[in-house]
Amino acid sequence: MRAAHDLGGLQGLGPIAPEPEQSEPVFHAEWEKRMFALTLACGFLGQWNLDESRHARERQRSEDYLKNSYYENWWVGLRRLLIEKGLVSEGELNSARPEPHAKPSALSPLMAERVAAILAKGGPVTMPVDRLPGFAVGDRVRVKSNAPAGHTRIPGYIRGRIGKVVEHHGSHVFPDTSAKGQRTGEHLFSVAFSSEAVWGGSAPGGNFVLRLDMWEPYLDRVS
Amino acid sequence: MSDHDDDHSHDHDHTHPPSEMELKVKALESLLVEKGLVTTAALDALIETYEHEVGPRNGARVVAKAWSDAGFKQWLLSDATAAIASLGFTGRQGEHMKVVENTAGIHNLVVCTLCSCYPWPVLGLPPVWYKSAPYRARAVSDPRGVLAEFGTALDKDVEIQVWDSTAEMRYLVLPERPPGTESWSEDELAELVTRNSMIGVETVAAPGGEDIV
Repeated sequence: MRAAHDLGGLQGLGPIAPEPEQSEPVFHAEWEKRMFALTLACGFLGQWNLDESRHARERQRSEDYLKNSYYENWWVGLRRLLIEKGLVSEGELNSARPEPHAKPSALSPLMAERVAAILAKGGPVTMPVDRLPGFAVGDRVRVKSNAPAGHTRIPGYIRGRIGKVVEHHGSHVFPDTSAKGQRTGEHLFSVAFSSEAVWGGSAPGGNFVLRLDMWEPYLDRVS
Repeated sequence: MSDHDDDHSHDHDHTHPPSEMELKVKALESLLVEKGLVTTAALDALIETYEHEVGPRNGARVVAKAWSDAGFKQWLLSDATAAIASLGFTGRQGEHMKVVENTAGIHNLVVCTLCSCYPWPVLGLPPVWYKSAPYRARAVSDPRGVLAEFGTALDKDVEIQVWDSTAEMRYLVLPERPPGTESWSEDELAELVTRNSMIGVETVAAPGGEDIV
């Protein structure tokens, strides 16, 4: 499956039209600031992980994903997670009021004095696995062309393409299962692809190299 | 830079969003505060951090140090996470850093086609264009065309490497140090380094304003 968030190679989207670096604000409206902070603060409640958060934004009608601005998609994703994880009810979201007899939440909200420390700590995703890496630097590999249902980090444009393993990053949490709430590790590799191998023929203005990080289950060896 | 009054065909406006969103987000915030799931002070602290404290000046310091100190540069290229942490830049969306070096023969460009992955501790939050559909679509299929939109023209012989941030590895481009800066201090060098050059859509201009290509 391929949905609208999987944008690599899509045509007809018009110019990029960047704002000048020196004059672009970090946020473009007050509500964007609040939406950004709400998403992070709710994330720190520990009820979902980053992959579930991404998947919540991706599971929209493709036309909505493309039509929405960036933080509108965050609004959609956060509401979905709050409902699915049972933190708020649909009725509460619609009325913007807690239900009259709702029990107080047992979760501890993020406090201002903890913000700096929790951001500085981050959330490393390295995860040891008890298997040796299945590929070595220099191996030729083909990206699986099956299209898994659910969340994946294989962009559509790279499926079925052949590249070469350039680096082993160790083992990291595997997003496809992580998005279902299961934290398992898989070996992660940096794979190089030529633009000819990906797009066929020559690229406008000259060929180039694409580098993608691919987990072992995404790859098959090419002999 | 491109003109802004072209056929930028989104049917919403980044600068003046509908007040509808303002109301929707206010409603969500007040519900979550009332339910005890968030605190207003923590929201304010998160905004303050990314609006005023964490931003591309951090990355510029990393680049300027790499330009000035060969030992640091070697460390940065072999273990970016640790080298960057030594300057105090750590944490969320920078847990696993990799620095990719531009040279006379190689130019690096960073994108996230699937969402908006970006190295927050060194660059802050991504600009709108980085998160936009046109950039995410074309950086991997027509990087030279994308660079042209930023006014960047590379020699034909330069090999472009495009890094699509599909995992939690976060990429920072180490731009080429412009000539004419041999006697410059680290602080002076940091002033030259732009955010866009650390994403790879531009090069660092030499003092005097001429682009180095």
